[in-house]
Amino acid sequence: MPADNGQRPEEASIYAKNLVRRFGDFVAVDGVSFRVEKGEIFGFLGPNGSGKTTVIKMLTGLLPLSEGSACVEGLDVRTDAESVRERIGYMSQKFSLYDDLTVTENLQFYGRIYSLPPARMKQRIEEIVQLNGLGPYMNRLAARLSGGWKQRLALGCAMLHEPKLLFLDEPTAGIDPVARRELWDLLFELSGHGITFFVTTHYMDEAERCSHVAYIYYGKLIADGTPVELKKIPDVQPTGTKRVEINTPEVTRALRVARKIPGIRSATIFGESIHALVEDSFDLPDLRAQLLKNDITVTDIRPLTPSLEDVFVELTYKHQAQLETVRE
Amino acid sequence: MNNLFRGFGAVFYKEVLHVRRDSATLFFSLFIPLIQMFVLGFGIDTNVRQVHTAVFNGDGRRESRELIDRLKNSDTFNIIDYVANDHDLNDAIISGRARVGIKIPVDYSDRLIHNMSSQVLVLIDGSDSSVAGQAINVTTAIGLDESLRRVLPDRATFAVDMRPKLLFNPDSRSPNFLLPGLTAILLLNVTTFLTAFAIVREKERGTLEQLFVTPVRPFGLLLGKLLPYFFIGFTELCLILTCMRFVFQVPIHGSVLLLALLSLPYLFVSLSLGILISSKAGTQGEAMQLAFVTILPSIFFSGYIFPRETMPIFFRVISYFVPASYFINITRGIILRGAGIQHLWMDGLALFAMGTFLLIVAARRFQNKVIMA
Repeated sequence: MPADNGQRPEEASIYAKNLVRRFGDFVAVDGVSFRVEKGEIFGFLGPNGSGKTTVIKMLTGLLPLSEGSACVEGLDVRTDAESVRERIGYMSQKFSLYDDLTVTENLQFYGRIYSLPPARMKQRIEEIVQLNGLGPYMNRLAARLSGGWKQRLALGCAMLHEPKLLFLDEPTAGIDPVARRELWDLLFELSGHGITFFVTTHYMDEAERCSHVAYIYYGKLIADGTPVELKKIPDVQPTGTKRVEINTPEVTRALRVARKIPGIRSATIFGESIHALVEDSFDLPDLRAQLLKNDITVTDIRPLTPSLEDVFVELTYKHQAQLETVRE
Repeated sequence: MNNLFRGFGAVFYKEVLHVRRDSATLFFSLFIPLIQMFVLGFGIDTNVRQVHTAVFNGDGRRESRELIDRLKNSDTFNIIDYVANDHDLNDAIISGRARVGIKIPVDYSDRLIHNMSSQVLVLIDGSDSSVAGQAINVTTAIGLDESLRRVLPDRATFAVDMRPKLLFNPDSRSPNFLLPGLTAILLLNVTTFLTAFAIVREKERGTLEQLFVTPVRPFGLLLGKLLPYFFIGFTELCLILTCMRFVFQVPIHGSVLLLALLSLPYLFVSLSLGILISSKAGTQGEAMQLAFVTILPSIFFSGYIFPRETMPIFFRVISYFVPASYFINITRGIILRGAGIQHLWMDGLALFAMGTFLLIVAARRFQNKVIMA
């Protein structure tokens, strides 16, 4: 596991070991360990209510840890929460801005919060504006910015004090595709300057862009690694199986048929096609023949490398199956 | 800025910007209470006067007319109708045209002349207890006076002569009694609502969540948010007092400075109450409802309208937990009775203790339910 690769915790941007958080009897976070290196874009994924926000709250010192330890930027969050907060930035999915303040006033407010001296604040605001292009809107009320600009302003506010680590909680929820792409370009540029990003998202294409992803499922971390590493996990790609993409005009009917064919372990719809995990011994022309027998027109069948979504789907199934065996 | 209050300056400055930008809210929060004050100050008279009265004068001779004149001159009764029979007299009361019905019997004058007791029937609508009480008192007094005049020789003095003297409010003017109490209610209204809204608004926007991950300390945050509304509350107090003194001509017998000083712990209580509400409410609508829950006991159990002394024991106990009780004691004490710090320090202390208690509870709730939620 990357969490225990022998390096010292102080050298990592985030070092979490066996994080546990209980609310009464309910275990919201159950033994989560991971390590985020400096300059990484760390994608933290998981369904709603699986403990993502709780982990962020623990790492930012808002929630005491029930068990375990965590270091952020070399500081123990249990004892140094305050200093941790000086060094991190946080942007929520709501782009928490003050609607009735102007762009400048919003930026200045966060500058004062972090006690930047006036000259430094002026300089930082100029740098931020240069970076995100907010220049023409400086005197506009935040309420009157579009979603994309709001998000840029929120990011600007979160990084005014030059944090080494930025937590972005679903930064692209509800903004248009162009703004989404531009944000990611900006994140890559900043991470090039050594800033670490902790990003939660529901978009799989965004997860693919991260240099390091982890997947939390009902309090447990069930995947942790680079996207390339995760796609090679034996659970995702069991030995003796391969992934294929079946293109067909009638995906829903084809799916019902495909799931009944012996040799197909799992199948799911992906737009105009079906992604299936089939046994290696299963011949592709043979599969096409079997589908044709059931009146399914197949335009194309080809081998496929698993996507991150495939990875998470497989791991979730496996985890659910484990939970059920435990219950029995 | 030292550590415990980190972020105070930034939050305070930002809050002032909010208030300045939203001048409509500022205007309404300052002037609506004044309007309420005008309505209540001019509109309500707790003295019972000119009660609508119907008279059935079965006698009609000089003695009976004298009695009716005495009733009229008391200022308590306004005779709106003379009726000719018992049925119409009853009907006047049932229909609501009259609150009091007076029946003078046919033999009223005859019996008086023959030194016999004459009975006058006074029917009183008991649905309003203060009107009924006043009607009983005045008619009894007039009856007693009539009797004495007939028994005693002219120019004789009464053996016992009660001479009531009203202190502090010699004319029994209602504004003098109501407005000092109203001050407490209006002030609570303004400060509690404004603070609760200011914090809940940040909850709704998500900016509060954002602030928690900055180095701002809870005390710096709360203090920075409260102080602007503290000043607004204080301005409101000055406006209300000015209106009270110069528009409603309520004289202030005590020290205005002391009143200002003792209003500080009261403002402290109402602001803390605002924080407490904001720690519970998730939306401004919820905050509004909760704020009303605090306003109602302040109106009914504080002695503002109903004297605390006559409340059933249960409500009297409640009244001790209502901050407005203490502040009304302070305002009435200073404004009407010219009381000094030696009379009122206990009330000030009680308010301060309540404010501290509420602030601690609110801060803890904030920590547990808002920050860690």
